[in-house]
Amino acid sequence: MMRDPRTALVAALLIFLGLLPVYVMAAGNNFLLILFTRIIILALAATSLNLILGYGGMVSFGHAVYLGVGGYVVGILAKEGINTGIIQWPLALLVSALFALIIGALSLRTRGVYFIMITLAFAQMLYYVAVSLDRYGADDGLTINHRSQFGLLNLSNKVVFYYLCLALLLGVIFLVARLVNSRFGFAIRGAQSNERRMRAIGFPVFRYRLVCFVIAGTLCGLAGVLLANHTDFVSPAMMHWTRSGDLIVMVVLGGMGSAFGPLIGAVVLLVLEEALSGITEYWQIILGPLLLLIVLFARGGIVGMLRPRHA
Amino acid sequence: MPEPLLQIEGLTKRFGGIVASDNVTLPVVQGELHAIIGPNGAGKTTLIGQLTGELSSQSGTIRFGGQDITALPVWQRSLRGLARSFQITSLFLDFTALDNVALAVQAHAGHSFHFWRDARQQPDLRDPAHAALERVGLGRRADALVANMSHGEHRQLEIAMALATKPRMLLLDEPMAGMGVEESARMVELLRELKRELTILLIEHDMDAVFALADRISVLVYGRIIASGEPAAIRANPDVRRAYLGEQQAVTLNG
Amino acid sequence: MLYFIEQCLNGLQVGMLLFLLAAGLTLIFGIMNLVNLAHGSLYMLGAYFAATFAAWTGSFLAAVVLTIATTLAVGMLVEIIAMRRLYGRDHLDHVLGTFGLILFFNEAVRLIWGPAGLNLALPPWLSSWVEIIPDVFYPVYRLSIIVVALAVAVFLYALVMRTRIGMLIRAGASDREMVGALGVNIKLLSTFIFGIGAALAGLAGLMQAPILTAQIGMGENILIVTFVVIIIGGIGSIRGAFIASIFVGLTDTVGRAFLPDLLKLVLSPAGASTAGPALSSMLIYLVMAVILIVRPEGLFPASSK
Repeated sequence: MMRDPRTALVAALLIFLGLLPVYVMAAGNNFLLILFTRIIILALAATSLNLILGYGGMVSFGHAVYLGVGGYVVGILAKEGINTGIIQWPLALLVSALFALIIGALSLRTRGVYFIMITLAFAQMLYYVAVSLDRYGADDGLTINHRSQFGLLNLSNKVVFYYLCLALLLGVIFLVARLVNSRFGFAIRGAQSNERRMRAIGFPVFRYRLVCFVIAGTLCGLAGVLLANHTDFVSPAMMHWTRSGDLIVMVVLGGMGSAFGPLIGAVVLLVLEEALSGITEYWQIILGPLLLLIVLFARGGIVGMLRPRHA
Repeated sequence: MPEPLLQIEGLTKRFGGIVASDNVTLPVVQGELHAIIGPNGAGKTTLIGQLTGELSSQSGTIRFGGQDITALPVWQRSLRGLARSFQITSLFLDFTALDNVALAVQAHAGHSFHFWRDARQQPDLRDPAHAALERVGLGRRADALVANMSHGEHRQLEIAMALATKPRMLLLDEPMAGMGVEESARMVELLRELKRELTILLIEHDMDAVFALADRISVLVYGRIIASGEPAAIRANPDVRRAYLGEQQAVTLNG
Repeated sequence: MLYFIEQCLNGLQVGMLLFLLAAGLTLIFGIMNLVNLAHGSLYMLGAYFAATFAAWTGSFLAAVVLTIATTLAVGMLVEIIAMRRLYGRDHLDHVLGTFGLILFFNEAVRLIWGPAGLNLALPPWLSSWVEIIPDVFYPVYRLSIIVVALAVAVFLYALVMRTRIGMLIRAGASDREMVGALGVNIKLLSTFIFGIGAALAGLAGLMQAPILTAQIGMGENILIVTFVVIIIGGIGSIRGAFIASIFVGLTDTVGRAFLPDLLKLVLSPAGASTAGPALSSMLIYLVMAVILIVRPEGLFPASSK
């Protein structure tokens, strides 16, 4: 097993992430902790996207919407004085699921290019709705004064919060890994491989895709909840369509249809952004063409590049 | 006389100005192997599309097992027991042969809203899949990746998947296309065996196979059935000969 | 009532601008089966080029000619360098590749022209008003946008319906090899078509510049609305794009103008002022959703089963 470079990479990464807070507390470098908390949260979002994109072949360009939905539920409840996590979090997940159900029911009736455009359009629509919410900050966003209260668990403690996010990320990765090998997972993967064949053997493809879409949206809503708590802030920018683009990049860069690909992609992309923006403020001029090159030459992502060659 | 298992009545399909299926009426009796032959462009693919539900029809009805399935979507027809194989093979290329057939089994094993247990470790999916693969002669290739299998093996796999859905009737769309002499002979033997348990509607160009297997033959030309009956009668039918020889088809109607 | 007429004309003008973008996008998709997210970037470049050329030459007309020529050239360059490698690939690849192009163009514009927008002033002969019906005055410029776009629509119609190139366009992109086998230089045709699409986008950008100024990121906002147009109209259909553009333009403009007031009839003033703006910006998407429920392939899809 150690001969597989992919396993080695993942193991090294997990050890690094597990021990990071220890280093941070010793070196007093809070910045790294904040950066990697963000990375972990977005990796969770990317993992949820991988479910529909990497395994299901559904190119959703509006996935960041659920980051916003999850975040705004927490933000709105906080503003109205409800700070307990036990109420906020399940409600956020429920609302995310509901939005995913509606958007999915409408979008999944189409495929290919239409689907991409429609998910993008709905994301834009919700973005504008958020912008118009004067009471909740509109364009400027909404500050959250208290993080979600969970009794003994103090989310304001950066280290505690970091480990919570990490635990949730690993939990979600594990859940998704089990899901894609279940009967449901095979139904989804079969539909990606050959939709026509699936119908011919008797699968009602639409309903399985819809359920998958809802699951992915809900998990992304969880990431939104974490993001809101992390930044103590929600704004429409969380669900701008470029955020959705970032998530797709993470999934593809890491390696679609692999369990840890999204995490790897998130780490690489966000660390790269940090590094590049240190060099020039016009770093996207480098990232843009780099993305094109990856699409053209390294389509399997990092995990794909590390795949052991068969004899 | 009991109602035919498949009763096609007045089925018509137009694409713009072109009539691809012209008032097709065709009964397929339970237990028979009914072959459909005809020159290229006759509308065989369109007919299959209408029967499976991939294409809508302007008029006409399709009754299967006594029930009107004309408006049913593709997947429901499969669940009713109407299985098909594809002329241009349509498989899950990135999966193994066993995975492919197991998916077909899974489709007919209740709903698939099971999210936890590994589907590859479930005997009630894997065992029937193995059996279907054995049946078509692919038993030893169960763990081969479909993308690495030969064309002939793909065709066998198509049949295995159809069988795995425990159908009442098979719709086979040119199962022997592109096969060599030996492979065709094996396929004919397989169909001969299957004939004993299943009703089969066979679209084929290979005349040797057709005349070896068919209980009845219907001839489709320009979307219309111009003749239908026992093989000997079809062979002697002047309209049929004209349709083939007039089209300069390199087909042997050897007597 | 006069306000209503004015809003309808504005809606028509917005629709015509959308048509220029939608026609280009649907043409590119129809021929090359290419999802081009960077279409909006060409729109943005059109606006920036126009403002720059106008400042250099002092002549609005010169700016128009130069802008169209330049965006045509940029479009063809982009096709040669980047797009042609994406043909035949997954739509996901197109999405990612052109997303990368968007990032690149937005930053490049910021690098060259700075983060603040650019203004394009109208020449005096375009700045006046005309009385189109008694008591209704409408800006000449907006009227000229409608006229120009209609002229382009007629030209495109003639091109698609009456020329050999148009025949190839209508034959569709589904089989590049087939078209190539017919003896057509498919590479040249693709470059040309992409260039035309880019020029149309640039023209739309240049026409929009005096009204909304040239800004970074303006491309993406309108791109998404263009997608809504294409979804409603049906992909690959220029006629569908035309009708849907007008429809979306009218719905959005007239909707934004009158919806808040309409809401006041049924909701409390506080409710109306909260829901009004939100609902107005959602309106075209809601319409799109309704149409999707009824006809997922759009109103005039280019191909039907």
